[in-house]
Amino acid sequence: MTTQTITTREIAGKTVHVNEEGFMTDPSEWTREIAVELAKEEGIEELTPEHWKIIEFCRQDAAATGAAPTLRRISKQAGVPTKELFRLFPKGPAKKVAKIAGLGKPQGCV
Amino acid sequence: MKRVLILGAGTAGTIVANKLHQELDPDEWKITVVDQSEVHYYQPGFLFIPFGIYSKADVMRPRRDYLPRGVEVIISEIELIEPDKNQVRIKKDNRTLPYDFLIITTGSRIVPEETPGLKEHEWHRTIFDFYTPEGATALAKKLRTWQGGRLVLNIAEMPIKCPVAPLEFMFLADWFFHEEGIRDRVDLTLTTPLPGAFTKPRAASLLGDILAEKNIKVVPEFNIMEVDPDARKIISYDETEIEYDLLVSIPVNMGSEVIERSGIGDDLAFVPTDKHTLKALEFDNVFVLGDATNLPSSKAGSVAHFQGDVFIENFLRYIDGLDLKPTFDGHANCYIESGFGKGFLIDFNYDVEPLPGKFPLPGVGPFSLLQESRLNHWGKVLFRWMYWNILLKGKPMPITAQMSMAGKWL
Repeated sequence: MTTQTITTREIAGKTVHVNEEGFMTDPSEWTREIAVELAKEEGIEELTPEHWKIIEFCRQDAAATGAAPTLRRISKQAGVPTKELFRLFPKGPAKKVAKIAGLGKPQGCV
Repeated sequence: MKRVLILGAGTAGTIVANKLHQELDPDEWKITVVDQSEVHYYQPGFLFIPFGIYSKADVMRPRRDYLPRGVEVIISEIELIEPDKNQVRIKKDNRTLPYDFLIITTGSRIVPEETPGLKEHEWHRTIFDFYTPEGATALAKKLRTWQGGRLVLNIAEMPIKCPVAPLEFMFLADWFFHEEGIRDRVDLTLTTPLPGAFTKPRAASLLGDILAEKNIKVVPEFNIMEVDPDARKIISYDETEIEYDLLVSIPVNMGSEVIERSGIGDDLAFVPTDKHTLKALEFDNVFVLGDATNLPSSKAGSVAHFQGDVFIENFLRYIDGLDLKPTFDGHANCYIESGFGKGFLIDFNYDVEPLPGKFPLPGVGPFSLLQESRLNHWGKVLFRWMYWNILLKGKPMPITAQMSMAGKWL
């Protein structure tokens, strides 16, 4: 039994699967247009090359490891200071990037 | 003779040593445990030390008393784990210990050095931890004479050992300052990187209400960047500043240094582990239990206990050439002290968040899930006896390793 409910929604003209918190559940459904829309929903009006660098790192890392990277991992592996990550993706960068990049919610903790 | 080597004899390692000793034929297997110290600490007891409820002596026991005779015990630091060579190097006499199977139960530790300003000249003066016996004792001394002011508790980063401990600390602090007659002069604030008081929604909302009732403020999504120990403020990455008079810190938690040195951990030195079988992802004769894993389960003694049950059954299959069963479900079971002689109990796993109900007997209890009661508090008090006398020794407990939905209300 699981508490996760998966529904579908339309983003940037494409129907995708999302969980109850709005995280996409299938990374292969993601497109760059979807990222632009999801970023707006998260209060980021424009995705700059700096944003894209992080998004692309997270997509690649998740494809390799099977899970969205933690903040510590993004900073260390992508070589971007944590403070900079907070400037680009205010409040919770790891969670926000994961959402925009069409990845599941980063494995937090219970 | 085949060799099983267990690294670390805390809660998980001690349980595993006892279970393996009960099950393995001593004519065929040699079991060795390595730990760096002679003292076993009852870590759930650290929470009570700052408030003078327990002393340091109440939570210390000789480690060897809880390990079975017939198991070789070596007290030494561990230098390096070399899974490619099936051996571990230890400091004592520069020995190399070969193994057929390795069990890593090296736990987690606080690393205050990860946050600038934390462990500097104000450490254990106006800034304290309570995850070490030294920190908890120093804080007890401070609280005995503290005249009130702003007490801020900061959780630096998740995951942490025992994610309910910070909440319990605040509940007990509220009670303690009431008893001292200075609650009106104390401002209690909990700052956390999480979006709420706890990691799971229903429990977070309930616990959030109780914090509010007790006039304990919560600052969610606070990601600490640094401490200014002279100006007495904590500063987040988005430059929010919170001033304090007394800072209680839950510093960054990481796995053991030997995991880092051996290059077998993730970014926090936790060992990548199969979440249902507890086998190390990269090695076929290495298992990882307790806080040392990177699993998305709580780092808690109850989890180590349930993992021990699942592990032993699987290990006995594995050495006979059978497949591992994916039986670990992330089960955790935690008492939460809420002060004034009351407590909560929560029971959950990877997929099911804490729900209300009765435990362990459906409909009967005697403990109430996700509800405050006096009996839940007594459950926690009695648990210390259970820990030393039943749990560590690997004896059966009246709780199943897998979480049960019976007696829970959706």
